[in-house]
Amino acid sequence: MSEHVDTLTHDDHASHEHHGATGILNWLTTTDHKIIGMSYTITSVIMMLIGGALAEVIRIQLTTPTGSLVTFSQYNQLFTMHGSVMIYLFAGPFAFGALANIIVPLQIGAPDMAFPRLNALSYWLYLTGSLTMLAGFFTTGGAANFGWVGYAPMTDSVNAPGVGTDLWIGALLLTGFSAIFTGVNLVATIYYLRAPGMTLFRMPIFTWNLLVTAILILLAFPVLTAGLIMLFCDRHFGTHIYTVVGGGSPVLWQNIFWFWGHPEVYILALPFFGMVTEIIPVFSRKPVFGYKGMIFATLSIAALSLGVWAHHMFTTGVVLLPFFSIMSLLIAVPTGIKIFNWIGTMWGGQIWFSTAMLMSIGFVITFLIGGLTGIYLASPPLDFFTHDTYFVVAHFHSVVMALVLGAMAGLYYWAPKMTGYLLDERLGKIQFWLLFIGTQVFTFPQYIVGLNGMPRRMALYPNNPEWQTLNVWSSIGALMIGISTLVFAINCFYSWKRTPAGDNPWDAHTLEWFTTSPPPHHNYYRLPKIRSERPTWDYNHPDKPALVHGHNHDGESS
Amino acid sequence: MKNEGRILLGLGLFFLIMFGFYWPLSHEQSGSTMMFFAVLLGFLPGGYYYWWSRRMKPRPEDSDDADMAESAGFIDSFPGSSIFPFTLGMGAWMSVMAMIFGIWLAIPALSLIVWALLGATAEARRGGHR
Repeated sequence: MSEHVDTLTHDDHASHEHHGATGILNWLTTTDHKIIGMSYTITSVIMMLIGGALAEVIRIQLTTPTGSLVTFSQYNQLFTMHGSVMIYLFAGPFAFGALANIIVPLQIGAPDMAFPRLNALSYWLYLTGSLTMLAGFFTTGGAANFGWVGYAPMTDSVNAPGVGTDLWIGALLLTGFSAIFTGVNLVATIYYLRAPGMTLFRMPIFTWNLLVTAILILLAFPVLTAGLIMLFCDRHFGTHIYTVVGGGSPVLWQNIFWFWGHPEVYILALPFFGMVTEIIPVFSRKPVFGYKGMIFATLSIAALSLGVWAHHMFTTGVVLLPFFSIMSLLIAVPTGIKIFNWIGTMWGGQIWFSTAMLMSIGFVITFLIGGLTGIYLASPPLDFFTHDTYFVVAHFHSVVMALVLGAMAGLYYWAPKMTGYLLDERLGKIQFWLLFIGTQVFTFPQYIVGLNGMPRRMALYPNNPEWQTLNVWSSIGALMIGISTLVFAINCFYSWKRTPAGDNPWDAHTLEWFTTSPPPHHNYYRLPKIRSERPTWDYNHPDKPALVHGHNHDGESS
Repeated sequence: MKNEGRILLGLGLFFLIMFGFYWPLSHEQSGSTMMFFAVLLGFLPGGYYYWWSRRMKPRPEDSDDADMAESAGFIDSFPGSSIFPFTLGMGAWMSVMAMIFGIWLAIPALSLIVWALLGATAEARRGGHR
């Protein structure tokens, strides 16, 4: 053992073998953040496959103007459940439940999350919530059919009498509480369980982003939960909170929903920003460019995201247009800082184009496209023109497909730490090119057809040859994305127990790569001295000691 | 601990400034209310952390040159396994089902929840399974 390492003396139960239940009983009773995180990962990836399958049916329906694959009612259920499954059951839980659960305690040198039982409860609420929402398909009235935003008059007991709507509300209550508990857990873990020397401004950016995400969860999710309880009362107990006839206001639902909904977009995005910020420096062989700038950009994105909710409601005519327009445009500034810093990190580095790095670069490009079109939409006159057209759909899908690229980057990067085995690089690169090109082929025709005025959420469209061509191209892109997901599934089976990874296959920077792959029960037998935000690198490269932020190894500013 | 408090205080301050612009300009009630409570969510825990940070011993995780040995000793008890999160989760799920499919489901739901709360409390007092 080298002099750089202090043996952990306090963690006596990490040093002996953990005896516990095995098999399904272990899965039911575990409080280990790594097993819970794996359960989250597997469940949310299955949800992505279900949501993706729904999307493929939508795209097949739209290949002809008079598609007859599904009825109008089925189409409404399809786009509602596609959006709901992807946002509530895949993107959110994957962002703050799956990789965050596994990686955050490892990155700060903690033995587990602060509240391990609460963490397990979060998972069970998420799983039962997911099953509850999907159960809507098996009811007589079908699943929820009013769009994933559930705008007020369409969700009342007259317009949506089915039990599918109640299941949708119940599912969101369950997953909402799951998210709140995860948020509490992450904040407490990061505030109280850091290893000695791991000051706040030495934490990896991924952990920083999860801290900010968790605070955003605590600000945003209770609002949605309260709104849903009021909606349930409207449907069953005769209140009139969202109905005009009883003196209520349908726009109140939009205010409540988007007060959660816009921070939610950043709750989804910030963890993936963090993943990419971990990956790009490792595969560029450089420290991250502008460490503190990244943190302040994250904090200001989070703060601004609470003041932009009504930019989804410009066309209601009852919102303060200049305020929300200015706030929305301002978010471009910290996001721009992040993109600048990612490029600055790659600039002059020795770039290793592994799958994780390619996915990260794909993320930056796709997110840039989605972000720039978002700036158009932040301007009320342009928004009046494009509201509820495919332009909005395309903007949103550019953003979220960027997040899928980020998710895949994170999976390829951290799979060795989670399972002990590398994912296959050749299949990974095939997946990347299909996913990246597919995403652009999928969204670009939608931008054009949206500017031409095609409304969203319609099962049919006017018999216009140009629109049909564009829709067929979009469907081809969706098919490529679907095939790339299959390649990923094949890769998971192909790589299972094939190439052992070792503790640190990427020569990475942060603390999680110091322990074994997969980590032992309660994570660490020993920890290095923490003197910078790259403790594992400092330990493995004592000749290249802790660096001033943003400088390369020759001491020059990079 | 100071920086942890400052993050929340800073967010609270930002929302306070935003509230100061938004309410006089719009007089829109729902958004202003939510923003006001966002101010409180920044100030209450942030102020608490900051208040504590001036009264507690400096922690090794806040020090720039701490050694692992400085955190030696008993830090906390982490349960190795527990059935009660699952029980409580199933109870919560069944109570949502009771809201939708019939109030009789509340009987098994509440039984599960009470069992889980009693069991988890007893388990925590024992220090949890190792």
